[in-house]
Amino acid sequence: MTTETTPKPQHPPLEPATEGQVLSGAEILVQSLMRAGVDVAFGYPGGAIMDTFHFLNRSPIEFILSRHEQGATHMADGYARVTGKAGVVIVTSGPGATNTITGIATANMDSVPLVVITGQVPTTMVGNDAFQEADVVGITRPISKHNYLINDVRDVARVVREAFHIATTGRPGPVVIDFPKDVQQAQTAFHWPESVDIRGYRPDRLEKKISPSHPMVQKAAKAIMRAKRPVLYVGGGAVIAGASEEVTALARRCQIPVTTTLTGLGAFPEDDPLSLQMLGMHGTEYANYAVDQCDTIIAVGARFDDRVTGKIAEFMPQCECVIHIDIDPSSISKNIQVDIPITGDAKACLAALLELVEPTERSEWAEQVLAWKKHHPLREEFGDDEIHPQRVISAIDEIAGPDKITVTDVGQHQMWACHFITHLRPRSWLSSGGLGTMGYGLPAAIGAKVAAPDRAVWCISGDGGIQMNMQEMTTAALNEIAVKVAVLNNQYLGMVRQWQQLFYGRNYSYTCLRRRSICEKVCRDPGSGKCQAYLPNIVAMAEACGWQAQRVERRAGIRDAIQWAEETPGPVLLEFSVHREDNVWPMIPAGQGVKKMMRGMELI
Amino acid sequence: MRHVISAQVENRFGVLAHIAGLFAARGYNIESLAVGPTHDPSISRMTIVVTGSDRVLEQVNKQLNKLIDVIRVQDLTAEEHVERELVLLRVKSNPKTRGEIAQIAELFDARIVDVRPGAITLMIADTQDRITALTEMVRPYGIHELVRSGSLALART
Ligand SMILES: Cc1ncc(C[n+]2csc(CCOP(=O)(O)OP(=O)(O)O)c2C)c(N)n1
Ligand SMILES: [Mg+2]
Repeated sequence: MTTETTPKPQHPPLEPATEGQVLSGAEILVQSLMRAGVDVAFGYPGGAIMDTFHFLNRSPIEFILSRHEQGATHMADGYARVTGKAGVVIVTSGPGATNTITGIATANMDSVPLVVITGQVPTTMVGNDAFQEADVVGITRPISKHNYLINDVRDVARVVREAFHIATTGRPGPVVIDFPKDVQQAQTAFHWPESVDIRGYRPDRLEKKISPSHPMVQKAAKAIMRAKRPVLYVGGGAVIAGASEEVTALARRCQIPVTTTLTGLGAFPEDDPLSLQMLGMHGTEYANYAVDQCDTIIAVGARFDDRVTGKIAEFMPQCECVIHIDIDPSSISKNIQVDIPITGDAKACLAALLELVEPTERSEWAEQVLAWKKHHPLREEFGDDEIHPQRVISAIDEIAGPDKITVTDVGQHQMWACHFITHLRPRSWLSSGGLGTMGYGLPAAIGAKVAAPDRAVWCISGDGGIQMNMQEMTTAALNEIAVKVAVLNNQYLGMVRQWQQLFYGRNYSYTCLRRRSICEKVCRDPGSGKCQAYLPNIVAMAEACGWQAQRVERRAGIRDAIQWAEETPGPVLLEFSVHREDNVWPMIPAGQGVKKMMRGMELI
Repeated sequence: MRHVISAQVENRFGVLAHIAGLFAARGYNIESLAVGPTHDPSISRMTIVVTGSDRVLEQVNKQLNKLIDVIRVQDLTAEEHVERELVLLRVKSNPKTRGEIAQIAELFDARIVDVRPGAITLMIADTQDRITALTEMVRPYGIHELVRSGSLALART
């Protein structure tokens, strides 16, 4: 008699570990990620992280193998901005780790929670210039919220638990875990800490104190009721705190116009008459006029950065009262002296304020704001039949509808997307604000689509930026991540070209992407049609990576192409051959005040 | 204005680098920084002397507090506190001047910690004013080398 036995699989799936089970550091890390609720991670393997990868493909965690570690880090960032959960990155030591740096710095500037795990050479070799060694803790110190080098296998579970806690609470940010190979291989009993206790980090203490009886909240409520020309100035912190409802309620109850920063777009619905859209260097005229004329400003999760304030001495000259709500005390009174500081979670602070403020009428101010909006609209009318980027973005906005997620790269197209996408909901707009990272768009869109597979994800990119992380098109194709990419190809590094045109006498020094070695160093006739053919063929590259792609060269084709992209399953790229020298208006030149606002070339 | 900041931090490697890096990156001017473990071996205390406007100091405090490994930050400037610094100085001497130098040391409660032909090493642990005064007194004899610990400070309550 023979009994049939199914052969035991050689690499069995990971069962959740039990308390006290003896495991390797590598397995403890993966088990800890599972305990932390991680459902997806992004990354790239290598020698110093192989022990961990040995467990990764047997865990329930979905892993997206990028084609470059920078891509993986932006993907995790996109995932985090959509979900509010920490994005997870796992890479190897040395070059794997250094390739994540731009992604970590990007996340750090925009307060995006990430947990980045980097392999490291064995502890016995750390500091010896060993093969593929880099001082990751040293390199990431100034660009992360916190970092760890795990020296002892008994610390692995605790460090992972703390890392997720630190990344996602308070003002969120990236946390790096440097994980030496010998610690991955060492064994110990698995203990998942039930709670976190870090004596130098108690963000919960701030929040508990916020209530309607808080003296600063009371002061702020009085100031808001007293104000004649108040403005709500709302930043990415409001999105992170999930405070959109409270922002909206306060604005509507007290009739306060709302302007947002680039990262704050979506915190207040732009179809509301109170919306002033974005302020600052490329903000709307009406947002900048309102801030210029306001007597009270209520800053919520925003940090008065230089792209918003311009020349500090000329910023808000009539403002008598600055109320600043922020979870990060170091953001308050950093650039602007604040009269009423409220340190705490924006949602809790606004909820407390809402218990105190009463409906207020401000008809004169409301009329003034409406008049500005009417007389200085953003919409640009072109008398020609060319493809202008603004037209493409408006069409995407309309056809893809209100449920879409919009992701951008960095440059002129990014500013036009700020202007011509109607931002209605939080966590539906992803753009690198603080660091302004070219190459962010495509991988962040991939991460966003992984986070929200049922929503349309549109990436609006430039021809320069798309080439910075183009390799991730393959990642999207192989993993069936159906992002839609619109490349606005002006054949220039457009934003830099715009500055060269305005401030450097049209000396287009190395911003023309058609430039070849045979060109004269100083181009005598920019945009003369006589120049060399554009490379690469972006549509062909997309197709080579397994995408569907089309080039659109006539205005009449814009809508059909977008419709086609929406209906075509899988990832799709549309390349729009746009007018080469369009500029972003309005513009307040760097370091200037609102009086220096430029509205078009004719005014220069 | 000169501020004396006392910070309790995790006694962990990298913390000093983190704080030094923060000051460097943000352009804060450190006059001195002294660090060592406390009676609780898991905690180190740093005494940092910085000069800057109130605005700058407010930022220094906030930025320090933001670091996860920093447990508590106190600006002692406005509080009652004691502050001392330890200085070692090696002064040129010969059989003729040795007695004079010893006398000056005695006046300042400084100790002679080493004597060898041609040099005498003094140690003083005192306030900045007294340290400056002693330094000026022995300068004419010729100071070979001088080392300061940086200020140490403790709140009185
Ligand atoms: C990594 C990186 N390098 C350089 C820059 C500087 N920069 C800002 S916008 C820009 C041009 C972007 O060109 P493109 O992607 O074609 O977009 P466009 O402005 O033409 O819409 C450059 C070079 C940057 N922001 N990021
Ligand atoms: Mg371009």
